Amino acid sequence: MPRRTDIHKILIIGSGPIVIGQACEFDYSGTQACKALRAEGYEVVLVNSNPATIMTDPETATRTYVEPLTVESVAAIIRRERPDALLPTVGGQTALNLAMALDGEGVLEEFGVEMIGAKREAIRVAEDRELFKRAMEEEGLPMPRGGFAHSWAEAEAIVEETQYPAIIRPSFTLGGTGGGTAYHPEEFEEIVRAGLAASPVHQVLIEESILGWKEFELEVMRDLADNVVIICSIENFDPMGVHTGDSITVAPAQTLTDVEYQTLRDMAIRVIRKVGVETGGSNIQFAVNPENGDVRVIEMNPRVSRSSALASKATGFPIAKIAAKLAVGYTLDEIANDITKKTPASFEPTIDYVVVKIPKWNFEKFREAEDVLGTQMKSVGEVMAIGRTFKEALFKGLRSLEAVRPLRLRDVPEDELQRKLARPNSQRFSYITYALRSGWSLQEIYRLSRIDPWFLEQIRQVMEIQKRVEGHALEEIPMDALRDFKEAALSDRRLAYLTGRTEPEVREYRKRLGLKPVYKRVDTCGAEFESFTPYLYSTYEEEDEAAPTTQRKIMILGSGPNRIGQGIEFDYCCCHASFALRDAGFETIMVNCNPETVSTDYDTSDRLYFEPLTFEDVMNIVDVEKPEGIIVQFGGQTPLNLATRLDEAGAPIIGTSPDSIDLAEDRRRFGALLGELGIPQPENGTATSFEEAKECAERIGYPVMVRPSFVLGGRAMAICYDERSLDEYMRTAVEASPEKPVLIDKFLERAAEFDVDALADETTCVVAGLQEHIEEAGIHSGDSSSVLPPFKIAEEHLDTMRHYTRQLARALKVRGLINIQFAIKDDRVYVLEVNPRASRTVPFVSKATGVPLARVAALVMAGRKLSEFNLPEDLTVRLERFYIKSPVFPFKKFPGVDPVLSPEMHSTGEVMGVGRTFGEAYAKAMTGAGLELPTEGTAFISVNDSDKGQAALLARRLARLGFRLTATVGTAARLREVGLEVESVFKVNEGRPNIADKIRLGEIALVINTPLGRASHFDEQAIRRASLQFNVPCVTTMTGAQAIVEAIAARAQTEVSVVSLQELHAKKEVMSAE
Amino acid sequence: MVFNTSMSGYQEVLTDPSYAGQVVCMTYPLIGNYGVNRADEESARPWVEGFVVREASGVASNWRSEETLDAYLKRWRVPAIDRVDTRALVRHIRDKGAMRACLSSVDLDERRLLEKARSSAPMENRELASAVTTARPYEVAAVGAESFHVVCYDFGVKRNSLQELARAGCRVSVVPASTPAAEVLAMRPDGVYLSNGPGDPASMTEVVEEIRRLVGEGVPVFGICFGHQLLGRAFGGTTYKLRFGHRGGNQPVKDLLTGRVEITSHNHGFAVEAESLPADVEVTHVNLNDACVEGMRHKSLPVISVQYHPEAAPGPHDAAHHFRRFIELMEHERAVR
Repeated sequence: MPRRTDIHKILIIGSGPIVIGQACEFDYSGTQACKALRAEGYEVVLVNSNPATIMTDPETATRTYVEPLTVESVAAIIRRERPDALLPTVGGQTALNLAMALDGEGVLEEFGVEMIGAKREAIRVAEDRELFKRAMEEEGLPMPRGGFAHSWAEAEAIVEETQYPAIIRPSFTLGGTGGGTAYHPEEFEEIVRAGLAASPVHQVLIEESILGWKEFELEVMRDLADNVVIICSIENFDPMGVHTGDSITVAPAQTLTDVEYQTLRDMAIRVIRKVGVETGGSNIQFAVNPENGDVRVIEMNPRVSRSSALASKATGFPIAKIAAKLAVGYTLDEIANDITKKTPASFEPTIDYVVVKIPKWNFEKFREAEDVLGTQMKSVGEVMAIGRTFKEALFKGLRSLEAVRPLRLRDVPEDELQRKLARPNSQRFSYITYALRSGWSLQEIYRLSRIDPWFLEQIRQVMEIQKRVEGHALEEIPMDALRDFKEAALSDRRLAYLTGRTEPEVREYRKRLGLKPVYKRVDTCGAEFESFTPYLYSTYEEEDEAAPTTQRKIMILGSGPNRIGQGIEFDYCCCHASFALRDAGFETIMVNCNPETVSTDYDTSDRLYFEPLTFEDVMNIVDVEKPEGIIVQFGGQTPLNLATRLDEAGAPIIGTSPDSIDLAEDRRRFGALLGELGIPQPENGTATSFEEAKECAERIGYPVMVRPSFVLGGRAMAICYDERSLDEYMRTAVEASPEKPVLIDKFLERAAEFDVDALADETTCVVAGLQEHIEEAGIHSGDSSSVLPPFKIAEEHLDTMRHYTRQLARALKVRGLINIQFAIKDDRVYVLEVNPRASRTVPFVSKATGVPLARVAALVMAGRKLSEFNLPEDLTVRLERFYIKSPVFPFKKFPGVDPVLSPEMHSTGEVMGVGRTFGEAYAKAMTGAGLELPTEGTAFISVNDSDKGQAALLARRLARLGFRLTATVGTAARLREVGLEVESVFKVNEGRPNIADKIRLGEIALVINTPLGRASHFDEQAIRRASLQFNVPCVTTMTGAQAIVEAIAARAQTEVSVVSLQELHAKKEVMSAE
Repeated sequence: MVFNTSMSGYQEVLTDPSYAGQVVCMTYPLIGNYGVNRADEESARPWVEGFVVREASGVASNWRSEETLDAYLKRWRVPAIDRVDTRALVRHIRDKGAMRACLSSVDLDERRLLEKARSSAPMENRELASAVTTARPYEVAAVGAESFHVVCYDFGVKRNSLQELARAGCRVSVVPASTPAAEVLAMRPDGVYLSNGPGDPASMTEVVEEIRRLVGEGVPVFGICFGHQLLGRAFGGTTYKLRFGHRGGNQPVKDLLTGRVEITSHNHGFAVEAESLPADVEVTHVNLNDACVEGMRHKSLPVISVQYHPEAAPGPHDAAHHFRRFIELMEHERAVR
C-alpha cells in the first residue's frame, strides 16, 4: 500500500528528560521517526520538554515545542496545530501514557486526532496486566501461572496451581511493600494475610516463581498487511529477576536450539497479532526454564524501546524509522533496506558477529543505596560492543565502560562470595572472575548465579588466555598466545600491566609483529549482499573491509556510555559537529560505543566505528583512516582525557590544543594564568595527602570545596566544614596521588553562581549563554536550574564576566567552545572553573538563542573564522523570553538515599521551560521536570535564622496567593511577628503527628526548608524523603524558594500558553546562516 | 563450498541431505553452543562434505543436548575447521560464486590443494539423489486419523517434511528416487510429494520423465526445493545455477496471489527460469531479494510447488501453510473424482 494521503500533519510526543529507564534511545528513535515522516512529505509537530535532544532541533520537525509533557500543555498544542494524527509509540512509556491520557480526557476525539501505530485498545491490552493475561490465555499462550486473590481461600486455591516457591505481590502498595516469596505453606499464609491487609484494595497477585529462568527478548515488527518479521533475538546473560535494563544482554540468542527459537518466534507473532499492535515495533519478553524448556510470556511493549534501539544498532535495521513508515501505511516490502539498497525491509536480519550490551551503574553516587539489582532498573547508561566471538564482544564492552577503578577483589570470604554470586549486583562480573580464579567450578557458580554455563565457560576461557601470557616477558610470549589475547579483545593496557611494560611499548611491539585489527561491516545480512554503509567494528581476523577513502575527513570522538554528569548533551554536540562538517564537505567519522544515541545511528556520519573510546581503539582507527582532524572537545571528559596521549602519538587534534586543555585542568598552571590576567579565583591549593590537605585548608580557611582532578559531574566532590570531615573525605572518598592530586578551594558560601558558554577563535569571542543559577554556589551546576538571560544581577558584573570570558578564551587560545563557571560574592566576581570544551549547557543555550553553538564551533575548529558568522558579542542580550533549564533526579529509584543537593551531581536529565516572565518559564520547567506546582493548599516553612527575614516576605506572598501557612516553632514565631496567620507543626523528633506525617497524609502542598545545621539533619532528611515519595515540591535554598513562589504566582495568574522554537527564532535565522 | 546464513539450526543443516557433496560455511560465527541431540536430526546422519565455522563451541549448554558438536562430527568423521575468517570466505563466495573447494590438515601445499579442488566434480550436471535416497521403500504412519495416502519421492527428504505430512493426517510411502511412475500410480496415492535433495536438476532426465507421467495422470503433486525444480523441468521449463544460491532462514518470499510476505527457509543453488515456463504454469511466489522464482502452480492440473522449505527445520514456520494447500488440493481432487 502506498502512504496515506488522508493525513498531513502528525504529532509526535517525545520522552522528556533523561531518567533511569528512559534515555537517549528515545532521541534516537524520535529523531528517526521525525526524519522519516518529513521525508515522506508530512508536516511533523513535535513536543518534548528535553532541550538536549537532536529531535528538538528546529530542523528535525516542522514545528518543535519544548514544552512540558502534560495533558494540559499538549492539549494546548493540539488546539493550536490541529494535527490529523498522533504517533505515540516512539517516545517511550512517557509518550504512550500521555497519549492514553489525552485520549482518556477526550482531547483526541475533540480535535479529530487519530492514533497511528498502536491504537488505544492495543495499548490497553499490552499495558494492563490483567487484560494482557486474559488475552494470552485466550490465545493459549503460557503466562506465569497464578492469579489475583481477594481472600485467603482464593489464595489457597491459586497456590495449588503455582506450587512453591510462590511470589506474592499486594496490589497498589508503594514500592511493592508487603510482598515476598513463600517457600512453604506456613510462609505462604503469613505473607498472603499480611499482603491482603497491606493492599488498599485487599488484593494480592500470586504467581509461580520463575526466578533463575533464562530470559529472552524478541524485537517484532508488523505492517498493515499483517506481515510480521523478527528483527533480533536477545538473550539475557543474567537470568529472570534482574531488569533487562540492568542485565548484560547478548544478540542473537546463544543457547537456544532452532526448535526452541522458532517456538519463541511463533509465540511472538501470535502475541503481537493478539494484542493488536497494527504497525511498528514491539518488544516481547520470554522466560525459558533451563531444566526443561518450559516457556512463559512475560510482557510486551507495544512501542519502540531501549531494546529496539539496541536491536537497531545490533543489526543495522532501523526499527523506529521503519515503524514510522509503517504507521503511515507502507508495508515492509515497499521499504528498501538502507544498507544493501537492493533488498527490501521485509526480511529478518541475520548477523555474523556477536553483540553484547553492558549496563553502566552510578552506585558510587548514591552511597546509602544498596548495590542490589532486581526488577527496578538502576543503571544510568549502557555500552554495546561488537565482536566476532562472544568473548571479544564481552571484553570490548567491559573496556568501553570506562570503569575508573576496576574492582580488584582480594580475600573475599566464601560466604560473602556465595552471597555476591547469588544476589545480583553491579559488581557481579568481578565476583565471577574472582570465583573462577579461586578455583570454583562452573557448576557451583551456575548453581548460585543461574548464569548459563555457556557464558561462564566463555569467561573462563578468557582467563585461561590471560594466564598464557602472564609471567612472560613481552617479547617471549608465543605468537599464538598473543593472537588469542587480542582476539579475546584484551587490551594493550592489560598486556602492559601483565608484562610490566608501558602501553605504548606494547602497542609498538604489537604493530611490529603485524598484529593489528581489521574492520568488518554491519550489514544486516551476514555478507550475503553488498553493504553500502560503512558501519564498522574491529576484530582480529584477516580481511579488512574499512576501505577508507581519500577524501578530506574529520573524526569525532563520542562520549561513551551515559552516566550522571556526561550524557545526551555531549552526544548532541558530537552529532552537530558531524552534521556541520558533512555540510562543509568533509567526510565525517564517528567513534562511539553507546547504542542509545543518535551519534551511533549509521545515518548520522559518513562512517561509523562502533568501538570503545580508549587510546588503543582510537589510535587503531586513526592508523586506518588517517583523518586530517580529530575533535575531542564535544564528547565530554571521555575523549578529553585521551587528548594529550593522542596528541603525543601524533594524532591531529583540532580545536583548542591539548596543551591548553591541560593548562585549564592543571591547578598550578591555571592559577598562574589567572594571576597574570588579574582574575580572582577562590583561594585554593592541591594536596596529595591528608596532611597537605589539612595544611592547605587551614591556610585558606574552612569551609573548603574538595574534589579529585580530571572528573566530570562533580564525582566525589564535597564541601568540608571542618578538619574532621576533611579527614574523612581524604580517607574514604578519593585516592590522592602525585599524578592525581586532590583540589581544594575556598568555598564561597551564599554566592550566586553563573555558567558561561562562549565561542572563540584567535580573534573573536562570542559570549553565547550567560546563565544565572537559581541555586547558590555549592550545588553542582548540573543540579541547579539555570536561567537565560540572567534575572537579578547588576550590569557591571555581567560586563566583568564577559570581559573575563574574552580574556580567558584568548589566553587559552580557544578554538571552538569554552565553558566558565563564575561565582559572585560580596560584589566580587570569581572564576570557579574553566573547561575549554563543549559543556552540558550547549544544547540548552543553542535552543534558547537559536544559534547552534556546536555547529558553529565545529566549523571554526575545521578552519572557518568565527567573525564570518556575524554573531553579536553576546547572544543573550537579544533574548525576548526567559529560558530556564531544570534538572531531573533519580532519587526515587534509590530507596534510603537522602535526596539532598550537593556539589556532587545527581541529576540524570533536564527540561527547558520558556516563558514571557521568569515565573512562567520556571513554572513550565518545574512542571516539565515532573513536579505538580500547587496553586492552593498549605505551605510548610522551616528556615534557619539568617533566612527568616526573607522567609517572612515569601510567606506573605504565599498567603496572598491563597495558601495556608504552617511552620515549625521558631519559624512560626517569626511569621506571626509580621502578622501572618500560621499553624505550628511538630518537627519529626518532637512528637506526632509531625511534619513528615502531614506530608504523607497529603496535607502539605509545598515545602520550604533550608538547612539548620547538623542537629536537624535527620529531621530534614525525613522531610525530603516524604516530599519525594509523595511528589510534594520541596525547596532547600532561599533562592530556590523565591523562584518557586514566582512560578506559583505565574501559574495562578496566566493561562497555559505554548510556543514553538520556529516561532521564537523565526527572525533570527539569518544569524545562524553561514 | 557454499554458505548458510541461519543463526541457529546447524544440526539440521548438517543432517540435511540436500547438502550432500557440499562444504558448508556458516555465516554466524559461534556454532555448537547448544550441542547436538537426536530429535533435531533431519536424517540419519550428517551429509555435509565439510563444515567451516568461525568458532566451534567446546561446551554444549542446553537441556536437550546429548553430545557436543565436536564429538558428533568426530563420531561421523565429518571434516571440519574453525578459526577461519568466515566472513571473508563468504564475501569471496558471494562475489565469485559457489565453488569447488577442499579442506586438508595433511597436505598444506597451496598449489596441490588447488589442483585437488579443481579436480573434484563440479555441481553442474551432477547427480546426487541416488547417493542420498532411501534404498528401499518405507512408510510413515499418519499422526492420528489417516485421511490421505501420499507417496514421497525421496531425493534427499528431510524428516520434518514427512512429519509435517503425517501430522496433517497423511500416511506417507517414501520411495527411492528411481521409482517408475507406474509403480507409484499402482499404490493409488491421493497425492505425490516431490522432496528436496542435492544435485543439479538437469541431471535427472529419467526422473523428470516419470514426473511428467504422474502429472499427466492428474494426481495432486506438491514439489519443494529440488522437487520444485524437477517439476519446472517436467513442465518443459529450464533450470539454471545461481551464483551462490539461497541458504538460510531469512529469505523474503512474496505470495503473488495474496500479496503477503513470508520469511522462509532456503537451501538451493539452482532455480527455475521464469521465462522458460509454459503459459499454463503460473509463478505464484517470488523472492523479494532477487526476484527468483520461488513457487508455481499449474493452471489446470493439481500441481503446486515451492522452491523453499515449508517444513523449515531449521528456520521460521511462516511457510508451513503450504502443506495445508497440498491437503486442500487432495481434498478437492477427491471431491471432484
